Amino acid sequence: MDDLSAVGTPVRTMLPILDVRNVTKRFAFGNESIAALSDATLRIEKGEFACLIGPSGCGKSTLLRMVGGFETPSEGALLMWGKPVAGPGPDRGMVFQDYGLFPWLTVAQNVGFGPAARGRPKAEVAATAKRFVDTVGLTRFADAYPHQLSGGMKQRVAIARVLANDAEVVLMDEPFGALDAFTRERLQAELLEIWARTKLTVIFVTHAIEEAIILADRVVVMSPGPGRIVADERIALARPRDPTSPEFNALRRHLSALLGGHHQWRQPRRW
Amino acid sequence: MSTLAGRGISPRQAMLAVAAPVLGLVAWHLSTSGRAFSLIPPPWDVAVQWWDLAFGGVWDDLYSATLLDHTLASLGRVYGGFALAALVALPLGMLIGRIAVVRDLLDPSLQILRPIPVTAWLPLAMIVFGIGPRSAFFLVFLGAFYPILLNTIFGVRSVEGRLFEAAAMLGVNRQAIFWKVVLPASLPSIFTGLRLGLGFAWVVIVVGEMTGVQTGLGAIIMEARQLSRTEIVIAGMVTIGLLGFVSDQLVQMLGRRLLRWSPQHG
Repeated sequence: MDDLSAVGTPVRTMLPILDVRNVTKRFAFGNESIAALSDATLRIEKGEFACLIGPSGCGKSTLLRMVGGFETPSEGALLMWGKPVAGPGPDRGMVFQDYGLFPWLTVAQNVGFGPAARGRPKAEVAATAKRFVDTVGLTRFADAYPHQLSGGMKQRVAIARVLANDAEVVLMDEPFGALDAFTRERLQAELLEIWARTKLTVIFVTHAIEEAIILADRVVVMSPGPGRIVADERIALARPRDPTSPEFNALRRHLSALLGGHHQWRQPRRW
Repeated sequence: MSTLAGRGISPRQAMLAVAAPVLGLVAWHLSTSGRAFSLIPPPWDVAVQWWDLAFGGVWDDLYSATLLDHTLASLGRVYGGFALAALVALPLGMLIGRIAVVRDLLDPSLQILRPIPVTAWLPLAMIVFGIGPRSAFFLVFLGAFYPILLNTIFGVRSVEGRLFEAAAMLGVNRQAIFWKVVLPASLPSIFTGLRLGLGFAWVVIVVGEMTGVQTGLGAIIMEARQLSRTEIVIAGMVTIGLLGFVSDQLVQMLGRRLLRWSPQHG
């Protein structure tokens, strides 16, 4: 399956947008230190949609959080456009599974939070917020507060907030894991549509094989004990992808075998 | 928590709210009126006394038509002491909550001072601040201080970690985090502290006015006690209860406006 995809072919540049070089992360655990991630190397090109997949404890969220700047590598280097990542920043927007919305702000204010925090003029903030509230289809809820929204709507706000802030890379940590199946499918389709339009780079952590195949250009397979990258598979199926097609099923079997044959969707969601 | 100042109350709620006081009044009336001798005056006598206290024209003695003066004096002390407590406790609570050094320095001492009842401070207050309104003011301040302080500390300490991450990845710098995240996130707790603080200010006003002040609802209650004018004592108690109630309703109304976003308040 070499070049079946017309959309989303990564643009090759001199530097990759993200360069993870031999990164190891250890956490102190009592007197011991445990490697959550061991010697991970990964290059992400601009415009790529990459999924990190693996069971609990494989270090996928740790890797994502290091790219986000919330954790620092114990060893190795993590570069964005060739420069070391130093702390969180607006160039790398994060979408959390538990949303992380500001409950005291309306939908529009949450979406405009980034531009406002960075001192953009009021009129511009309002216009940007409106544009991205519309993008995620929440126009009617612009003045609602987060506690009045469903989980799917909250996650739309979280995505709009990152888009409105001009993030180059969108990091998504099991963003649809807490949503029901219907909402999840709709949001997957909407995310792909936004990605195709904006040419963003997306790194998406999931434990669901099907979700990874539906979304990604590339699936990075990880395994636990210690967490490490075991495979890096290109998904060349044309979009939109049909989960019932034989090609899709072949990929599903292939990835499942790489993951050790476990039925990943039966694993607990959080660790 | 449904309240009168909230989105209207149903007739059923209104009836239930009135039922208990009416029953109490009836029991009070039956157990005190028509007796040759009762230390506790019947409700009607108290109502007449309250009227005289408020408007005069019944007994026309030393107390007639003085209620407004006493009320204003007490209101001044309650809101003054409360405002001063808020002014000190809010910034102090934020510092203790956010800065480890300040917490380590002050928290243990405050934990020891906190259980000491306001009443126990009375003699010292009168030595330090003298007999009169300044001591009263200090005691009211003390009563309102701890609830505001403790709830502020709790509020700024219990901001969800995720919100700091969200703000950081959206580009908020370290200095702005306090105003953009910590303060708004802790507003519900701070508000609860202010509400409790104002409540306590009313609770301690009688003790506060045992410091030898001439006017104030607490002052006439203590004075009437010595004169065995129990109907004045009860009239004063009722007045404090009603004022405290109205003042709490106002605070709650304010809270509902400011905290519309909070599921607990909105």
